[in-house]
This record gives sequence, structure tokens and C-alpha cells, in this order.
Amino acid sequence: MEHDSHHIIPFKTYLNILLGLLFLTVLTVLVAKPVSGFDAGVLNAFIAMLIASVKAGLVAAYFMHLKYDNKLHLALFLISIFFLVVLFAFSWFDIITRIQQLSTL
Amino acid sequence: MSSGNEIIVGGHKVAHHFESAEQEFQASKLGIWLFLCTEILMFGGLFVGYVVFHNIYPEMFAEGAKHLDWKLGSLNTVVLLVSSFTMVLSIYYAQTNQSKKTSNMLLITFLCGLIFMVIKAFEYNHKIHMGLLPGELFTYENAQTANLAMYFSFYFLMTGLHGSHVLIGMGLIFWLWLRSRKNEFNKDYYTPLEIVGLFWHLVDVIWIYLFPLLYLVG
Repeated sequence: MEHDSHHIIPFKTYLNILLGLLFLTVLTVLVAKPVSGFDAGVLNAFIAMLIASVKAGLVAAYFMHLKYDNKLHLALFLISIFFLVVLFAFSWFDIITRIQQLSTL
Repeated sequence: MSSGNEIIVGGHKVAHHFESAEQEFQASKLGIWLFLCTEILMFGGLFVGYVVFHNIYPEMFAEGAKHLDWKLGSLNTVVLLVSSFTMVLSIYYAQTNQSKKTSNMLLITFLCGLIFMVIKAFEYNHKIHMGLLPGELFTYENAQTANLAMYFSFYFLMTGLHGSHVLIGMGLIFWLWLRSRKNEFNKDYYTPLEIVGLFWHLVDVIWIYLFPLLYLVG
């Protein structure tokens, strides 16, 4: 009985994903301020995290087989990401609405 | 008294509390995914702390990042990506019944993990000699900003926790390599490859975020 989670992804697909990941690694290094001097101001961190998320998405979809797998595993993955976002959002709003007191240690 | 209901698929005896090999496979995958969720949340807490303090002390984090060598970080990123590729190929070769290639891929994956840890050891060694260490261990004299020790608390905690995952993954992959040499994996039974593979890829995903955060975004 053929089941979705035993889907065999062709070798060529895996190779293309690896090449894509290596390309994105070069890209994230090239747009980094300490390496090339490229500076998008506050967007620097945003760009780096965006590229990292595309890479993580490729790994999860193909290497971790989520694209062809039982959707329950994808749901679990996304739920854990959702709760991470909740943690981040509440911490962030707490910090930025405080009166800043910088330590001088 | 029925004891003759053993199911053997691909040379593997299905545990007695499962109805079929497929059910056992799915249960194992559900288990590892639940574990990976707890991993995401554990590392996630550290990432949130990093981003919050980065926002409060941007200059201090920029100075900290300057002490890291982005070339070594990039090299380690490439090593881990290649290891993820060879890990997934070990499953591919099991699914297509090429057991010799399966064990070769596992060995390459293990060696990539080893290269990663050796490079990491060089980086740690350099930091320890410079006194760039967490908290009161911090003895570096030429700090330009206050609280620089905090950057290295994050650095050592996050890369250390990640590195311990790499070591555990290497141990598991070595164990799979030994089993693959005994021809235990084939198209009908490769559950351990799939489970350890998922763990190894998550460790890779965590590094994909750690690398730009620590080495590049200063």
C-alpha cells in the first residue's frame, strides 16, 4: 500500500534544494553589513531573518518531507511556531512600552 | 493465547502493541514531531531573549558580533547544509534499496558533524584566550561598550546548546551507521533513519537562524 509519507522525492530535487540553500547562504553573507558594507538600516535584521526563514522553509518542506507528509505533522510544526510568535509579541510589547533604564555596569 | 501474530516487515519485527508496520511508522513520526515542537520552544525562548536585549543594547551587540569570524560561521553553515543533504540521501537510498550507499551517506553525515564541532572548538578556543566569556568570567580589557559580557552569555549559551544537539545527533547517526552496515534498513523499514533525520534537520534549521543572528546582524 502506497502511503503519502513514503513518497520518494527524486534525487535531483534534493540536489536542487541543496544548491538553493547554498545560494541563499551566499546571499545572506553578501548583504551583511560587516561583510560588504551594505546597509539597509533597521531592515538589516529583517532581511537576514527573511532569508533564514526561506532556507528553513526549504529544509522543512523537502528534507523534513513536510510537503508530502501527513498534514498533522505540518500542523504541529506551525502550532509551535505560532506559540513562539505569541511569546515574542507579548515580550516585545512589554519591553517597548516600558520607560527605558539602561544599565551602566 | 495468541502469540503467533508477529508482523515482520523489511526484516524488522513490529512491536506487539501496533496493528501494522504503517501504524508503527506513523506513531514514531508523531512522537518525534512532538519532541521537535518542544525543541523549537526551548530554542525559541533564547531567540526571544536575544532579540529583546539586542534592541536595548544595539551597539554592545554590534561590538560582540565583530569578535566573531563570519568566514568560520559561513563555512560551518555550508558544512551543516551538506550534512542535511547527505542525511536525506541516506533515506533516499534506503527507500530505493541501495544499502551500501545508505551507510556511506550516514558516514559522510557523521564526518560533517565532526568538522562542524572542530571548527566550533577553534572558535571557542579563540574566545576563551581573549577572555570573551559570559558574566564574571569576562576578562577582555578593550571593550568599547558596557555589558559586553552579556553578548557572550547569549553566544555561549545558544551555540553551546546547539553544539550539544550536534554531538547527540552525531552519536545517533554513528549508531545508524553501525546498523546500516548490518543491512538493517531497506524500503520497507527505515523508521530510525527518518526519525534521526528529522532531529538532524531541526538542528540544521536552528543553525540557519543562529548564523545570521550571531555573526552577521551586528
